[in-house]
Amino acid sequence: MSQRKPPLPPAFRLADFKPALPGRYWANWALPLLVVLGLGIFPLLTGKDVHRETMFTLLRAVVMALSLNIILGYTGYVSFGHVVFFGLGGYVGFYLVAVQGRSLWEALLAGGLAAGLLAWLIGIGILRLRGAYFALVTIGVNEAVKAFIQNFDPFGGPLGLTMNFSVYQAYGGPRAMLQMTYYILVVLAVAAVLLAYAVRTSKFGLGLLSIREDEDAAEVMGVVTPRAKTWAFVLSAILPGMVGALFFFRNGSIEPHEAFPLHLSIEAIVMVMLGGQGTVLGPVLGAAGYQAMRAFLLTNRALKDYQLTVSGALLLLIVLFIPAGLIGWLRRRFPASRRVLL
Amino acid sequence: MTVLLRVEHVTKRFGGLVAVNDVSFELHEGEILGLIGPNGAGKTTLFNCINGVYTPEEGHIYFQGQDITGWKPYDVARFGMARTHQIVRPLADLTVRENVMVGAAFGAKALGLVEAAVVADEVIEFLGLAERADMLAGSLNVAQKKRLELARALAAQPKLLLLDEVLAGLNPAEIAEMVETVKAIRRRGITIIMIEHVMHAIMNVSDRIIVLDFGQLIAEGTPQEIANHPKVIEAYLGDPKLAERLMSGE
Repeated sequence: MSQRKPPLPPAFRLADFKPALPGRYWANWALPLLVVLGLGIFPLLTGKDVHRETMFTLLRAVVMALSLNIILGYTGYVSFGHVVFFGLGGYVGFYLVAVQGRSLWEALLAGGLAAGLLAWLIGIGILRLRGAYFALVTIGVNEAVKAFIQNFDPFGGPLGLTMNFSVYQAYGGPRAMLQMTYYILVVLAVAAVLLAYAVRTSKFGLGLLSIREDEDAAEVMGVVTPRAKTWAFVLSAILPGMVGALFFFRNGSIEPHEAFPLHLSIEAIVMVMLGGQGTVLGPVLGAAGYQAMRAFLLTNRALKDYQLTVSGALLLLIVLFIPAGLIGWLRRRFPASRRVLL
Repeated sequence: MTVLLRVEHVTKRFGGLVAVNDVSFELHEGEILGLIGPNGAGKTTLFNCINGVYTPEEGHIYFQGQDITGWKPYDVARFGMARTHQIVRPLADLTVRENVMVGAAFGAKALGLVEAAVVADEVIEFLGLAERADMLAGSLNVAQKKRLELARALAAQPKLLLLDEVLAGLNPAEIAEMVETVKAIRRRGITIIMIEHVMHAIMNVSDRIIVLDFGQLIAEGTPQEIANHPKVIEAYLGDPKLAERLMSGE
């Protein structure tokens, strides 16, 4: 063991993240990008605040779903506690702005970094686990971080933190702040699409797919699985962390039960499964479709209390009947569609 | 001839069961070494020890002059060893080309994706899978999946190739084809160890054969010597006349 190993070929180079055969199926990235941009621009055209708020929720879901998909859809590891990155990023960002008086930009960066760092630590510790064990531990991590923050005085303990509204003056007042943070979210959603595409079509991504299909076979073929899985987890955590920082900055307050709601993790899984795990367009459509359904249920007097029940049932039906999701099913059923859909 | 692989007193236990018991042998560059023995003799376990899936309790494995005992399978793979699995392990939801690209991109040469695609297409052509290149690996039949296993291993451009029963489950015509393929691989300068139960094929293709029984190496020699070896006949071949028939290729 202590023997010096000869120089091995590098596991990943930066060049490995470049898409293969560039421009061959340009629709593969253009289509999800168009959908996200279309959703993002829509409230700017109507100019109504209520549309902007609806789209904020939807685009937040898009980022969550696309990010979760990197570990769930590409790598085949179910993270049930993915909201932990959203919550932690939110807390770190909020603390920097509300207590330390830092700018929103620093908060966004720190939120993403904190989430990435947590994912890296978790990854080293628990990505050795496979299947159900990994899923269970991710729930535990979410609850543990939540419990820690409830008892962490700098973050306000169980009461959380509130923002002094004068902070928003630096961003042109509350109204302008709401508009600006919306633009930032659109940028993050676009980044999520590009990241999802870049990973999916890179050599690194091919390694992740091989882990999803058969981890032992992947190892025998030379995929350095611990490293690949850890990086996949980190990449899937950064944007949720940034969105968390953005969301709670805008929200003006943060509390533990608001920052780490387990149902948000599960809803993100439903979105990914609905649209098609392992695809790029799938999570975008899944998030949009799920949010539309959620809005319908929440405004329906008879059904509004059963929204999560319907989500659960939906997940069950997808897993039973179309485990590949909408895009996955289309790609399999109509191979020619692969030129357009990914 | 240079020694490519040296296995020294390797022992692997599972609880009380000694699956591989003090096995030693050497393999020279360019050789085809047959590994035979009854079911449960420890052949696949020995492969798993050599390529790092298992760490042997005792003994050492030297590959290209390096002690690789205790290395992880991916380190061994990237150092130039590839293998196929007895029970095929296709990456079912990826296409045949993507499967082979994994081998090329993460194997000994660590190619980038564009080069990996070129190598993959070459290997796919060489193994007669070209028509299936864009099909999902899960949709192949058994013979094609065996070829896919081999294609992935070859695409890695290894120095040493471990073949675990690539002939099992194939019909006679397919076996003849595969034997020619194995010979063609050797002509490309790749050293091979192959586990096989199809006796006439292994006798025909191997330069040397080693025989395992109950985890122990009971014989080593040319196919001729092995076919007439009393211990081998007793443990494995059973019928002394069988040897003659095998050598005549019937």
